[in-house]
Amino acid sequence: MVNKPPAPEQSKEQGPSQDADQEPLLQIRAVTKKFGDFTAVNDVNLDIHKGELFCLLGGSGCGKTTLLRMLAGFEAPSSGKIIIDGKDMSDVPPYQRPTNMMFQNYALFPHMSVEKNISFGLQQDGFSKSEISDRIDDILRLVELQDYKKRRPQQLSGGQRQRVALARALVKEPKLLLLDEPLGALDKKLREQTQFELMNIQDKVGVTFVVVTHDQEEAMTLSTRIAVMDQGKFVQIGTPTEIYEFPENRFIADFIGSANIFEGKVIETSANHLRIKTEIGHFDVEHNIEVSKGSHVYIGLRPEKIHLSKQAPEKKTENQILGVIDDIGYLGNTSRYKVRLENGRIIDVTAPNQVRPKNRTHHITWEDNVYIHWDASSSMLLNK
Amino acid sequence: MHRERSRFLSIMLFVGFTFLYVPIILLIIYSFNYSKLVPVWGGWSTRWYGVLFESPDVWDAVLLSLKIAVVNATFATILGTLAGLAMVRFGRFRGRTLFGGMLVAPLVMPEVITGLSLLVFFISLKQLFGWPTERGFTTITIAHITFSLAYVAVIIQARLTGMGNNLEEAAADLGAKPFKVMTKITIPMLAPGLLSGWLLAFTLSLDDLVIASFVTGPGSNTLPILIFSRIRLGLRPDINALATIIILFVAVLVAIAAVILFKQQKRDLLDQKMARMPEV
Repeated sequence: MVNKPPAPEQSKEQGPSQDADQEPLLQIRAVTKKFGDFTAVNDVNLDIHKGELFCLLGGSGCGKTTLLRMLAGFEAPSSGKIIIDGKDMSDVPPYQRPTNMMFQNYALFPHMSVEKNISFGLQQDGFSKSEISDRIDDILRLVELQDYKKRRPQQLSGGQRQRVALARALVKEPKLLLLDEPLGALDKKLREQTQFELMNIQDKVGVTFVVVTHDQEEAMTLSTRIAVMDQGKFVQIGTPTEIYEFPENRFIADFIGSANIFEGKVIETSANHLRIKTEIGHFDVEHNIEVSKGSHVYIGLRPEKIHLSKQAPEKKTENQILGVIDDIGYLGNTSRYKVRLENGRIIDVTAPNQVRPKNRTHHITWEDNVYIHWDASSSMLLNK
Repeated sequence: MHRERSRFLSIMLFVGFTFLYVPIILLIIYSFNYSKLVPVWGGWSTRWYGVLFESPDVWDAVLLSLKIAVVNATFATILGTLAGLAMVRFGRFRGRTLFGGMLVAPLVMPEVITGLSLLVFFISLKQLFGWPTERGFTTITIAHITFSLAYVAVIIQARLTGMGNNLEEAAADLGAKPFKVMTKITIPMLAPGLLSGWLLAFTLSLDDLVIASFVTGPGSNTLPILIFSRIRLGLRPDINALATIIILFVAVLVAIAAVILFKQQKRDLLDQKMARMPEV
C-alpha cells in the first residue's frame, strides 16, 4: 500500500561512514534461533559498520538479548550465519571471538580485585606483565578509576562497577563490544550522565558498539542507528531521527515516543499532498511516496507537533479541529493536554511551558474550548 | 505490650535451651562421677578419663572413624561436585531426570535399606570377583561415599544455580578456555560450597551407625559402633567421658566457625560502607 519512504536527507549528518563498498564489520545473515517450539529470533538480517554505536531496542522477550548472545557465541543460531570482519563465526567458540561483552549485571569476578578482573582477559592472550600493567593503567584512566585498582567489586558503588565492567570488556580492544542493558542497573540521574560518558568513551576508542536496551530514550541518545525488534524480527532499522520522525508503521510510531493515530482513506492525490478522510475530518498530509487514490492508510501525529490555542489560528489551515480540554498533566517543563473532540476521540497534545503561569496571557485550563492545528508536513503516513 | 511479648519469648527460649542442653550437661557431669554405676553419684573424679586413655580399642575406633570420614568426605566432594555440575551446567541430556532422581534417592532412602542393599552388594561382589576379601575400612568408606555424595551434590547444585552462568560466560568471553574457566572461576566460586559439602560428608560419616554396622566386618569398629555395642550392656562411665571429649571437640569447631562467620559479616559491612563512600 505504502512504499518505504526514502532515507531523509538529514540522517547523513551523524554517524560514521556507511560506504556501500566497505565490507560491514558485522553481517547477520538470515539468523534464526529456536528454543523448542519458541522462535526467539526469526530470520533477521543486519549489517553493522565499523565505528557504529548500534542499538537493539525492544520490549522484554523480543529476542534482542538472544541475538546479542549469539554474537558473543553463547548461543548457536538454529540457522543462518554471523560474519564478523569477514570471518564466519559458526564454529568459533566465545573464547576465540573478536568480541567482548559487558553483562547486564556486570558479572565482575567477586573473588578478584578490580585490577585482576581487568587483567584476566589480557592474561588469556599471553601479554607480558609490563604490557598488562600499562594497559590496565590506560583503561582505568579512561574510566576514571585509577585509585580503585586494589578494591574488590563488593567495595564499589553501582556506577563504579559499571565502569569496571566496561574497562574489562574494552581492555582487550575487541572489534565488537556487546553491551547488554549497560545502564539498566543505575538510577535515573546517574544513567543520564553515564549515557554521555559511554558515548565519549566510544568516540575515543573507536570500537564498534552493539547495545541492547529496552529504554528508548537511552537508545535515542546513544546510538548512531537503532534496530527496533518485536517478536524476534526487526520492525525498522534507522537513525534515531528516521525512527522517530519517519516511523514505518503504527507499532514503531507508538513504541517510540507517543502518537495520535487515525485510520483514513485517501480521497485526493496531488504532486506532494494527499487528502485523507478520517473519523474526525479531512486532512492534508504532505508526502513523498507513491500512494494511490482510495487506499486505506494510517496517519500518526506526535503530541508535540500539534499547536494548541484558544483563538482560531490566523493562518487558515486545513488541519484544524475544535476541542475541549479534558485533562492536563503538568510535567514542569511541558504539559500534556488531553483534548476531547466532538466525536469523543481524545487527542494528546504536548506543549512546552515557556512562560511561568503567573505571567501567562492565554492560560489554558480545564473545560476550555481550544483549537488544535498542525502543519501538513507534521503528520506521518504509516504502513499497517 | 512489647515487654510482655519479650518476656514470653525469653521464657520460651529458656525452655527450649533447657530441653536441648540439660541432657548434655548431665552427661558431662556424670563423666566426672567416681562411681562405676552411672546413676549413683560417687563424688568428682577424672578416673574414667584415665580408663579411656588406656583402652586401645577406643583409640582404634576413633582413628578408624576419622580415617573413613576424611577419605569419604574427599571422594564424596569430588563425585558430588561432578554430579552437581552435570545436573546444572550440562543443559538437557538423555536421562537427566532419571539421573537427578537417582542422585537424591539416598537422601530419602531408609538407612536400613541402604545398609542392607550395600551388604548384599558386597557379598555378591566377593562371590563373583573375590573382592572385597574382608569387610571393614574399604566397604564402610564405599558405603559412606554412596550416600554422602548425594548431600554434596545437592549443596553444589544449589550453589551453582545461585551463581548463575554469567561469571563463567564472562570468563569465556574474555578468552578463557573451558579448563581455565573451571579452575579460575567455577572452582573458586564454588569454594564455600565445596567446604560445606566436605564438612557435611565428614560429619555424616562420623555419625553413621546403621549403615556402617551392616557393611562392617569382624574387628573393624567405628566409634559409633563401639559406643553402641558397649552401651547395649548397660550405661558405662568411660563412655560418658568419651562423649564429653567429643562434645568438647564439636564445641571448639562450632566456635571457630562462628568466629569466621562473624569476621566475614564484619568484612561485608565494611565493603558496603566503602562502596557508599563518595569518591576520593
